[in-house]
Amino acid sequence: MRVLMIFVFCLMALPLRAEQVIAGLSQNRVSLTVNFEGSEILIFGAVRREAPLPEESELNVIVTIEGPPQETVVWRKARRAGIWVNTDSQDIRAAPSFYAVATTGPLQDILSPDADLTHRISTRLAIFEARGMDDPTVRATFTEALIRIREGQGLYQQHDGGIDLERETLFSTRLTLPKTIVEGRYAARILLVRDGQVIDEVETVINVQKAVLERWLTNLAYDQPFIYGALALFLAVFFGWGASALFRLLQN
Amino acid sequence: MQVYLPIAEISVNAFTLLGVGGGVGMLSGMFGVGGGFLITPLLFFIGVPPPVAVATGVNQVVASSISGVLAHLKRKTVDLQMGTVLLIGGLIGSLIGIWFFNLMSRLGQIDLIVQLSYVIFLGIIGGLMLQESLRALIRSKNPAAPKRKLHKHYWLHNLPFKMKFRTSGLYISVFPPLLVGMGVGILAAIMGVGGGFIMVPAMIYLLGMPTKVVIGTSLFQITFVAAFTTMMHAVTNQSVDVMLAVFLIIGGVIGAQVGTRVGLKLKAEQLRILLALLVLVVAGKIAFDLLWPPAELYSITVLGRF
Repeated sequence: MRVLMIFVFCLMALPLRAEQVIAGLSQNRVSLTVNFEGSEILIFGAVRREAPLPEESELNVIVTIEGPPQETVVWRKARRAGIWVNTDSQDIRAAPSFYAVATTGPLQDILSPDADLTHRISTRLAIFEARGMDDPTVRATFTEALIRIREGQGLYQQHDGGIDLERETLFSTRLTLPKTIVEGRYAARILLVRDGQVIDEVETVINVQKAVLERWLTNLAYDQPFIYGALALFLAVFFGWGASALFRLLQN
Repeated sequence: MQVYLPIAEISVNAFTLLGVGGGVGMLSGMFGVGGGFLITPLLFFIGVPPPVAVATGVNQVVASSISGVLAHLKRKTVDLQMGTVLLIGGLIGSLIGIWFFNLMSRLGQIDLIVQLSYVIFLGIIGGLMLQESLRALIRSKNPAAPKRKLHKHYWLHNLPFKMKFRTSGLYISVFPPLLVGMGVGILAAIMGVGGGFIMVPAMIYLLGMPTKVVIGTSLFQITFVAAFTTMMHAVTNQSVDVMLAVFLIIGGVIGAQVGTRVGLKLKAEQLRILLALLVLVVAGKIAFDLLWPPAELYSITVLGRF
């Protein structure tokens, strides 16, 4: 009872926000099983209001899902002696392995550039280039290439107007995690936006894990490479020798 | 049915994998070749990253040669002395190959190196095989043509450290077989092949070994070098995909059994022309990919995985 009272007290002590977001996910666990073919996540929620609905401005909702960051190199090919060879590269200190943004309207219209920078919402801002080539425009072409390739693979997604918002209160959207996602913690953010500014934000985590066997194999490959190598050889000898022994047996 | 490959980190249709393994296994049963040089490029074509294709291909070579080497050991058609010398060369070559492979991975050029090696070797081998089998076809129609003389002595055989190879009836320097073994070891590490397609002609024409022990001895060397190379890839760059290997191996052993039976019913010369053409087509496809302007000039490498 006392705990509850302290909790309520704390809640009251919080600065009162006019609008708060309450959200849920259809699942916060994705298992990369042997036959994983991608997964659709439903993100839904409601806006809680303490004050009457402001009349002049429009409410917007942004949802992002960001996969674990990876150190990446982007290569560019050029023709050398007749064949196409990787010649130039740009290091990316961290690029999300997956990034999806869904909004209720065009991102540049509903969010101010400043708010975009502070909250890192556009795909471009989720990628951190390393210092490499000095010319920033050259660096930008590599980063744009990264975004273009990953958009083609469904790993980076932007859905302007992909969120349904009803009576400025209830919202929902569906985002697809393609079958090529890597495992790790995926951060899902739900942001409320008014007048180009973020007025409330909640974050939750989706755990993407390889299923038991796959996870065990990957861990073994990286943590105990000798045992993994021995397992690979054992399986090769077992199937290679075993199968021909079996066929001989069937023949006799 | 989709299969998620934990190391390659892609989903592939299980039947595609069984088909690749089975098709190549069938060809290897028909032609008596290991098939590593076909499996690895086919894996590139279905989207497996080249490093994973190479390391897993070499793992598959172990499976496809193990039962052969056991059969040859039982029949005593393995020159163990020669096999050991070739094997020592092979292990050294494999270490060099692995070192080069990892260096090129770091420089971002491994895909290119693997593809270039395939174009060069498949091109040469396919061309030679085609020439040889066409000649054999002409010879079979014209029995009066002179036969090639086997076992010539080259200056190579007279290098120091001569050794007696009883089973093969040879007294030659250890350097030629060491070098042959080493070359094959390098190819195993970089291309994911057993290397029989290089070693068998080298053993016959360069070392002058009698044909009856050539296959057994080469299989003996290949099995151990492939096993060693698999281990080295697993330990140094974690690119062996066991899940992928199992599907390829299962397809392969079934295909090989079918292929052996089909092969008995076909004519050897025509079969070899067919294989030569197939090898040239694969080489041509990889060469085309290197020469043709790519649709996407940029590519992404994620550090720490493939």
